[in-house]
Amino acid sequence: MNWRRDIVPPTALIAILIIGWYFVAKVSGLSSFILPTPLDVIQAGWETRALLLNAIGTTLLATGIGLVLALITGIGIAALVDFWPLAHRALYPILVVSQTIQILAIAPILIIWFGFGVTPTILIVVLFCFFPLAISTADGLTSSDPELIALLRAMGAKKWQIWRMVRMPSALPSFFSGLRLAVTYSVVAATIGEWVGGSPGLGLYMLKSKNALATDQVFVAMFITSLLSVGLFMLVYGIERLALPWYHSTQRTEQWDDLGIY
Amino acid sequence: MTTPRIELRHVSKTFSGIEHAVPALKDISFKVMPGEFVTIIGASGSGKSTLFNLCVGLLEPDEGEILIDGERPDNRAGMVGYMPQRDLLLPWRSVLDNVLIPLEIQGIPRRESRQRALEMLSHFGLETFEKEYPSALSGGMRQRAALLRTWLMGRSTLLLDEPFGALDALTRKELQNWLLKVWQEFGRTVMFITHDVEEAVYLADRVIVLSARPGEIKRELKIDLPRPRRQRMIAEPDFGKLVRELLTELGVDV
Ligand SMILES: Nc1ncnc2c1ncn2[C@@H]1O[C@H](COP(=O)(O)OP(=O)(O)O)[C@@H](O)[C@H]1O
Ligand SMILES: [Mg+2]
Repeated sequence: MNWRRDIVPPTALIAILIIGWYFVAKVSGLSSFILPTPLDVIQAGWETRALLLNAIGTTLLATGIGLVLALITGIGIAALVDFWPLAHRALYPILVVSQTIQILAIAPILIIWFGFGVTPTILIVVLFCFFPLAISTADGLTSSDPELIALLRAMGAKKWQIWRMVRMPSALPSFFSGLRLAVTYSVVAATIGEWVGGSPGLGLYMLKSKNALATDQVFVAMFITSLLSVGLFMLVYGIERLALPWYHSTQRTEQWDDLGIY
Repeated sequence: MTTPRIELRHVSKTFSGIEHAVPALKDISFKVMPGEFVTIIGASGSGKSTLFNLCVGLLEPDEGEILIDGERPDNRAGMVGYMPQRDLLLPWRSVLDNVLIPLEIQGIPRRESRQRALEMLSHFGLETFEKEYPSALSGGMRQRAALLRTWLMGRSTLLLDEPFGALDALTRKELQNWLLKVWQEFGRTVMFITHDVEEAVYLADRVIVLSARPGEIKRELKIDLPRPRRQRMIAEPDFGKLVRELLTELGVDV
């Protein structure tokens, strides 16, 4: 990553937006429970820090467990449809439909089934995240070069050797794009679960703040949710760079740098 | 009597195309003897690659039989070394890990296979590139790596499908000489597809000419030029005569 090219512009833009927000809040004279200033928000965060830290921990735990389960489900589904074409035809439409289900409707049902606890939250994270993982992994698995597979067969490779040497590695870039999407959704999904189920975490913090008309705290929860999401995104991106050095090799960036408009 | 490394008896292959059947090869019979260097030449689409795909067991003939070292195995996969038209190096593996693939498939322990590969790297001019990813290599180096990978399959027969087809003229000549050198040094049997008449003559003990689709053997031409071959032979009358003969056979030179 290039410091001046990749870090400075977004940071500058964010700074400008925050300063703009500050002046709008000041000049408009709106009361702080309609539009708090950035300083109000920081102060609110600081005052509720004990509560917040607890909430962040709880939410991250639910997110983490949900992501792990989503990974297992997503990769499992991808492997299943890859091995078994009938499953592909049968499952694909259902998978797409599963993404059109209103989470706000399904969340109360999950609570009725699993009670007020962390379980519904985890399930909502899974519902949000397994889909991009399943689709990207399945696409990645079908993307491997048939001629490569033919070559390995001609060399006498067994099916599982072809899987290990060609199909899985060539699925990884696509899998990681899916994972980046999934982790970006995951924190938001967890807070939705907590909000609807009233279970502890950032979602509940947000709900209580809203009910108390503590708009500044709602902003705090919003920003922290974003920060956590971005953090997870960066973490996955970092892992990806380590795991796929060939995919992010310098030749590649040099080759594609500064193409401009094409 | 010595057993041929590869023998085809009346082999035919037709592909069931989308619209109509595509006959690719018709009644092909030939033998390749141990230590021989045979080139196969024919127009694009004359079924040269199909011929190799049959020999390595990726395809089954509709008619006829294929013998490898005098035997007719049910599964020919892994019995001869094969290098496809594209280099097909795995982009996520270093050069060394790429050339180790056949040994990995054969289940040879990594220590031993590394040892074998490292011994051969210098013969293939790759000793400084073992840790590079294929994307960092020039076309010529990629072909060398693909050849070494084929080599390390450890089979006495190598089938090379237009290995130098995509290279510039100079690199191509350099690799031709180098291939002849390793071939003579290690005494393997080579079948080599090309669409370049000069290349076919320069490398071969014998040239097999395929007709346009469906591929039939039009002619077998023995090349009695002395070995080791030298690039300057290309300018000599004997060489020119053979090239002319092939061009006429291919219908290029009327
Ligand atoms: N797997 C396949 N399915 C259908 N047709 C094929 C297949 N492979 C090759 N062909 C056809 O067979 C003919 C010979 O192809 P090929 O052996 O690749 O020729 P060459 O290598 O001499 O250029 C071509 O017309 C090609 O379209
Ligand atoms: Mg071909």
